Amino acid sequence: MSLKSVISEPVFSQNPIAVQILGVCSALAVTTSLQVTLVMCMALTAVTACSNVGIALIRNHIPNSIRIIVQMIIIASLVIVVDQILKAYAYEISKSLSVFVGLIITNCIVMGRAEAFAMKNGPVMSFFDGIGNGLGYSVVLIVVATVRELFGAGNLLGFEVLPLITNGGWYQSNGLLLLPPSAFFIIGFFIWALRSWKTEQVEQPDFKILPNTVNSEQH
Amino acid sequence: MASNNDSIQKTLLVAILLCLFCSIIVAGAAVSLKPLQIANKQLDKNKNILAAAGLLVEGPSIEEQFKQITTRIVNLETSAYATDAELAEISAAGFNPEAFDQKKSSKNPKLSAKLDANKDIASIKRLEKFAAIYTIEKDGAVEKMILPVHGYGLWSTLYGFLALEGDLETVIGLGFYSHAETPGLGGEVDNPSWKAQWVGKKLYNSEGDLSIRVIKGKAAPGSLHDVDGLSGATLTGRGVSNLVNFWLGKDAFGPFLSAAKAGGA
Repeated sequence: MSLKSVISEPVFSQNPIAVQILGVCSALAVTTSLQVTLVMCMALTAVTACSNVGIALIRNHIPNSIRIIVQMIIIASLVIVVDQILKAYAYEISKSLSVFVGLIITNCIVMGRAEAFAMKNGPVMSFFDGIGNGLGYSVVLIVVATVRELFGAGNLLGFEVLPLITNGGWYQSNGLLLLPPSAFFIIGFFIWALRSWKTEQVEQPDFKILPNTVNSEQH
Repeated sequence: MASNNDSIQKTLLVAILLCLFCSIIVAGAAVSLKPLQIANKQLDKNKNILAAAGLLVEGPSIEEQFKQITTRIVNLETSAYATDAELAEISAAGFNPEAFDQKKSSKNPKLSAKLDANKDIASIKRLEKFAAIYTIEKDGAVEKMILPVHGYGLWSTLYGFLALEGDLETVIGLGFYSHAETPGLGGEVDNPSWKAQWVGKKLYNSEGDLSIRVIKGKAAPGSLHDVDGLSGATLTGRGVSNLVNFWLGKDAFGPFLSAAKAGGA
């Protein structure tokens, strides 16, 4: 396992959202505007990387019976620190992220990487695994947020790109894109595109439906 | 190694050390960043006061722009400006009348009282005795008056400001500086195009009754009292409607506003 693969694998081949389907909740909630999304991505990447380091450092001393609690304490502390820093230095953005910074604690990516990677690997590798998975999360969120902000509000990063009819332009905004369910569709399209490109990600069907010839003859 | 880790002593030791270490980090971050956060909050509040009054401009700093505003304390029980004795009472309770923290005073039993449930349409539970209002005055006459308002939406208490013209009947603007409504739905109370609808609305109908409100769906064009609801945020809209009506109503600023209009205050 090389450093390069640890960082690059989670971006497309092992993307936490598109392949492992982790962390979808916040991908729906914070992607209405690109600026907020970027801050959220940075916060999540920092928390994943730092919690991985912390857990990797003490991995040989964590009693098996309380390991999940130990991971939660480290993650929760880091999330509070990140929340405090945002409130001090990026007050406006922390207001629009509101509860979702706190909810990084429950983000499955952080917990999943701590349990699956940091418990078994050294701190340096774990750090870059955290960065890699944060990047994988960020790629999906940035794509979703770009589509939602551009076609939902006609803006990108707050700058007007498509002038709205309501502001005297020509673009009729798509209100659905500002509501959380639209992120499901965009993530779905993202996964479709990714699996068309990397066909090894396509899962075999669990079962096959047989043609119902017998029943139709009885009728 | 693994069996050693799982002994009771080791488990307790790891748990205690980790908790100690994490609590130091969290407490350190919280304490060292507190002054910055408080400054941010105050700045944001002042900015919102200016924004509600439609006075916020690009360029000069918020501190500079805030100088034109006079902070006054209103006694909600007597519906008049607080007397010197009452100001001393506020100072004695540990509050600064110059930068009165009304939100904090609602938790102080000396400066607030429990509100009857049947009067409490905005679900605020306790009503402060004193409220800080902000005025822009010229030659002794109030040109603009900015009132603090708060009340419960769907998930959280919304705190904001309602700015009125000198006639104390026409709305200049409404803005919230603190809430935790769902981003994208109830959080759209911060949306400038929604807030723009409040501008120019009248508080009272021709019979003199308080009739400003947020309705579900679209308001009739040209309506003087109705504001469009927010799609996907019916309860937040209802909350905003209730809190505006509560604070302008007879249990809060209502009598003070009538007195001020009559030239009494």
